[in-house]
Amino acid sequence: MKYKDYYQILGVARDASADDLKKSYRKLAHQYHPDVSKDPAGEEKFKEIAEAYDTLKSPEKRAAYDQLGTGYKPGDEIRPPPDWQQQFQERQAGDGTFSFDDLDLGDLFESLSRGRGGGRARANIQFPGEDYEVTVPISLEDAYSGTQVDLNLSVPEYDAEGRVRHVPKTIKARIPKGAIDGQRLRLRGQGGKGVNGGRDGDLYLNVALKPHPLFRASGHDLFIDLPLTPWEAALGATVEVPTLSGAVNLKIPPGTAAGKKLRLGKKGLPKPHGGEGDLYALVQIANPPDLTDRERELYKQLAETSRFNPRGYKNAG
Amino acid sequence: MPDENDVMWLHSHAQVTIVELAECSGLPEPVLRELVEYGALEPADPQAREWVFGGDCVVRVRTAARLRNDLELETPALALVLSLLDEIHRQEGELRRLGAQLSSPLR
Repeated sequence: MKYKDYYQILGVARDASADDLKKSYRKLAHQYHPDVSKDPAGEEKFKEIAEAYDTLKSPEKRAAYDQLGTGYKPGDEIRPPPDWQQQFQERQAGDGTFSFDDLDLGDLFESLSRGRGGGRARANIQFPGEDYEVTVPISLEDAYSGTQVDLNLSVPEYDAEGRVRHVPKTIKARIPKGAIDGQRLRLRGQGGKGVNGGRDGDLYLNVALKPHPLFRASGHDLFIDLPLTPWEAALGATVEVPTLSGAVNLKIPPGTAAGKKLRLGKKGLPKPHGGEGDLYALVQIANPPDLTDRERELYKQLAETSRFNPRGYKNAG
Repeated sequence: MPDENDVMWLHSHAQVTIVELAECSGLPEPVLRELVEYGALEPADPQAREWVFGGDCVVRVRTAARLRNDLELETPALALVLSLLDEIHRQEGELRRLGAQLSSPLR
């Protein structure tokens, strides 16, 4: 069981009053709450802060925690004080389901509040199972055709006495086609088990689309860069454009300008209840990086022949 | 393995009742009704006897529940935060769309 310095996490002294703890929690919670903070490390930090506050705000849990003393550094392996054995009822080898070794410090203190004076199971009260939330990165190809994913979660598990430990759990889920970036899905009953007949929790998926080498997604629409040679843009052409359902031929009208958006209807991402988004090819004019002598000669002829001036700057002043 | 039918898309096409919203968020119904009053939650037809909400409201009320529990927000502040978050998400979506339309520089 690894040590966590709850006082350090909250930024308070070891003799902090309940008021100090509350003020510090409020400030840090507002700073790191995942719904309002853009800090990618915010969610993890917020969990730490909540766990620290939950332990220290309860006089009973704080007293138990303080027994660990000031000798440990965060991450150190803890030697549980002698009377913790009694308090937390370490089981003997025969049962083997409870040991301090692979327990998380936060889980231990959570068990303390559940096990004493009315744990879930003892009180025979119905409790719904916990909801799980997980972000699932998938490729555009997966979003296009639907996919099955294996979700590796670390979930709380409660024993008959209401003690909790985090265990790894793998859940298989099918993501139907039509998901876009930020899509939320709910899988009913795939969360934690309900207690005493309470309903099972749900599994919430937050779909994240992975960056793609060719396409950029925005909602159900896709965008792809379409570099053309100057002569293709000027004279018109038929060019091959990749799509998620295979390459298609696209007619380029003569006189196509750079920056034009050419729409390939229904070649975007499918919508879950019918229809598709579109694919937009963004025209760029690409100049050959190295000209042969003949090409340079032809360009010079064109420069001398053409009267086209793309810069319509009016004289300043 | 759960089959495809057990998956619910949490977007505006799906439909949930106020009871389901209360269940999936842990927020009491009176609080949900207050959020409707503040315009932070919109039923499909406010005049209907039994309100029905889009599936996207599930995400909204779960966010509201987290903000209420973790940041101790009362309902009026909660409603304001939800609408500000909406605006942030809208702008992020707009930025993403604009970004997607920006061509990569040619080498």
